[in-house]
Amino acid sequence: MPPVPPRGSGNLRGVAAFPAAAHQELANTQLRRNIGKATHTIRAKRLSVTGELPDWEQLRDAGAAVKTDVLNRLPELLTQFEAAVTARGGVVHWAADAAEADAIVTDLIRATGSDEVIKVKSMATQEIGLNEHLEEQGITAYETDLAELIVQLGHDKPSHILVPAIHRNRAEIREIFLREMPGVDPDLDDNPRHLAAAARKFLRHKFMTVPVAVSGANFGIADTGTLAVVESEGNGRMCLTLPQTLITVMGIEKLLPTYRDLEVFLQLLPRSSTGERMNPYTSMWTGVTPGDGPQEFHLVLLDNGRTAALADEMGREALHCIRCSACLNVCPVYERTGGHAYGSTYPGPIGAVLSPQLAGMDAPGDPNATLPFASSLCGACYDACPVKIDIPSLLVELRHQKVEHASFGIEAAAMKAASLAMSSSRRWTTAQKAAGLGRLLAGKKGKITSLPGPLAGWTEARDIPAPPRQTFRQWWNSDEGRAALAQAREKGRQQ
Amino acid sequence: MRIALFATCLGDTMFPGAVSATALLLARLGHDVVFPDGQTCCGQMHVNTGYQPDALPLVENYADAFGDNGIDAVVAPSGSCVGSVRHQHEIVAGRYGSPALCSRVDEVKAKTYELSEFLVDVLGVTDVGAYFPHRVTYHPTCHSLRMLRVGDKPLQLLRAVREIDLVELPEADSCCGFGGTFALKNAETSTAMLADKLCNITATGAEYCSAGDSSCLMHIGGGLSRLRTGTRTIHLAEILASVEPAVSPKGVPA
Repeated sequence: MPPVPPRGSGNLRGVAAFPAAAHQELANTQLRRNIGKATHTIRAKRLSVTGELPDWEQLRDAGAAVKTDVLNRLPELLTQFEAAVTARGGVVHWAADAAEADAIVTDLIRATGSDEVIKVKSMATQEIGLNEHLEEQGITAYETDLAELIVQLGHDKPSHILVPAIHRNRAEIREIFLREMPGVDPDLDDNPRHLAAAARKFLRHKFMTVPVAVSGANFGIADTGTLAVVESEGNGRMCLTLPQTLITVMGIEKLLPTYRDLEVFLQLLPRSSTGERMNPYTSMWTGVTPGDGPQEFHLVLLDNGRTAALADEMGREALHCIRCSACLNVCPVYERTGGHAYGSTYPGPIGAVLSPQLAGMDAPGDPNATLPFASSLCGACYDACPVKIDIPSLLVELRHQKVEHASFGIEAAAMKAASLAMSSSRRWTTAQKAAGLGRLLAGKKGKITSLPGPLAGWTEARDIPAPPRQTFRQWWNSDEGRAALAQAREKGRQQ
Repeated sequence: MRIALFATCLGDTMFPGAVSATALLLARLGHDVVFPDGQTCCGQMHVNTGYQPDALPLVENYADAFGDNGIDAVVAPSGSCVGSVRHQHEIVAGRYGSPALCSRVDEVKAKTYELSEFLVDVLGVTDVGAYFPHRVTYHPTCHSLRMLRVGDKPLQLLRAVREIDLVELPEADSCCGFGGTFALKNAETSTAMLADKLCNITATGAEYCSAGDSSCLMHIGGGLSRLRTGTRTIHLAEILASVEPAVSPKGVPA
């Protein structure tokens, strides 16, 4: 057996199993309404801007091919990337897990003498729980993405990759600002422009005074050492250009081999995530430029379970993910439960794959083990994915892995019994006689309205018709069946 | 053509009307319809719930039942089960079966079709001579839509039915929430999905909700029945098999 790479840590696991967490979220009518409305809007926008490109499918193929290449040559590309960043005056740090990454970033901030840091919206730093860690260390982090700021001020958790405050409406945002934002105008109303202006006023002061910024990265270019962040608000660019020190935390799978590969991804990402042809701000930087922008640049390369995911021959495809969130926006499960039910930083279909892959799911009672089952396998996510991750197949694969590691229980026994019964038509026709029991249960009503045990979930909201008197097989072998078939043949001859 | 019916375990046991309608329709279209007696189940439930090794005997059984060279095509009134045959059998056979099984699986899968794609693509027919004087809305099931890519083939077939009042289903391509054991393991989320589907169905004022999968219809019909909506479910095959002046098929009562 080859050595198993360590799993990731940090915010990659919730506290409750998905069905229990979903139970809470499904009852939140405000959340249901907000998310339903928002996802439908983004869905329509995405379809219009992907539909207008004649080569959209080829772009998806190209994106998938580039990512496959990156994963196949990851060690080589990472070494090249490190050398390029270093040559341009950046300092590269390697973090095996969340705790290491948190410690590296904390030390780097301390070395600047600042006890405040401004942040660019970043999934990687959410994943490692950086803000919580910095708070424990006496360092205040300010999220500068408007939605992240709303989440942070609300002592809340993001519920969407791209739109972390998707579960809040403007009345709630006003309340959060009035309660939590230092120096806020007490007469603030819930007009979106006024809410944005309040945030701008608060953030501008931070941009001008805080000397350290922390960011993530959408892409890292192996051959030039360039990093790229795409965003809508411009607050990210403030953080990337104004402070003296910039610290970037990047997952090791975010590499692209060459600058030219951005051509593909800068088309795929905005169209898939916000439904825009081009995002308003694309910031790129390479090491340090004397006299222009941050004069100190640190890059923290984060593993946190990625090598473990890479070792999984079937599952590694999930590392193609560019965090666009298109799969969330089309997912019928996410649409009803929202992101919090998934527990992890990564919600929705891709989260149901990535969280168990990065952080594992084999410990007894691990909530992550319920995530691969949190899908009806409808396939909408696969169609939406700009890098063609076959999420339904990955979910099925993870279900298989979960069952392989699980102890033998009632479900396994039922599956074994069904397998035995269904592997021969003789045994199967015998088993079909149990349908008579269903007729008994249905009684005069002609339908089954209540079932015991694990089947009760069905009859809480749905009936089941009484099983028919005859199976198809019995009909086929009956005089009635033969006569009907002969009649149909005759009818065909007449036509 | 010599066509083997794949009844599917659910169709055989719970919804024989959809399977017999498929048989009668294909016979009416002039084909030699056979029912290989050794057939049971495609194994999708096992694969989708994580029990791949337990699916192997079912994959083998499917290849045994339909491998006969005298069979030109296998047709099932289910997008989901055909999706499993086409996409999952090779995975199970590749992992747990012999190379010989893998090649048998490839051969059988190549001639297995869902009803609507068989009619439109293979037989090249959209007007099957059906008559169905009712208001109907059609739910395109996820696996027929996104695994098999049947597109609007079922609708092409329905539009050609005489006297049908076909009404568009809002948000038709949203999942009904069935998902096999998903409906049991995540019953509440599944119900929330079903609730929206039922709202869209009842908004059409249709008398019947049709689809190409008995499993999804069992889910949708279970909700329609519980709520006494007055809308019943009917398999696509039952509409296509219906001819004048035969008595209308009954579907599943509301």
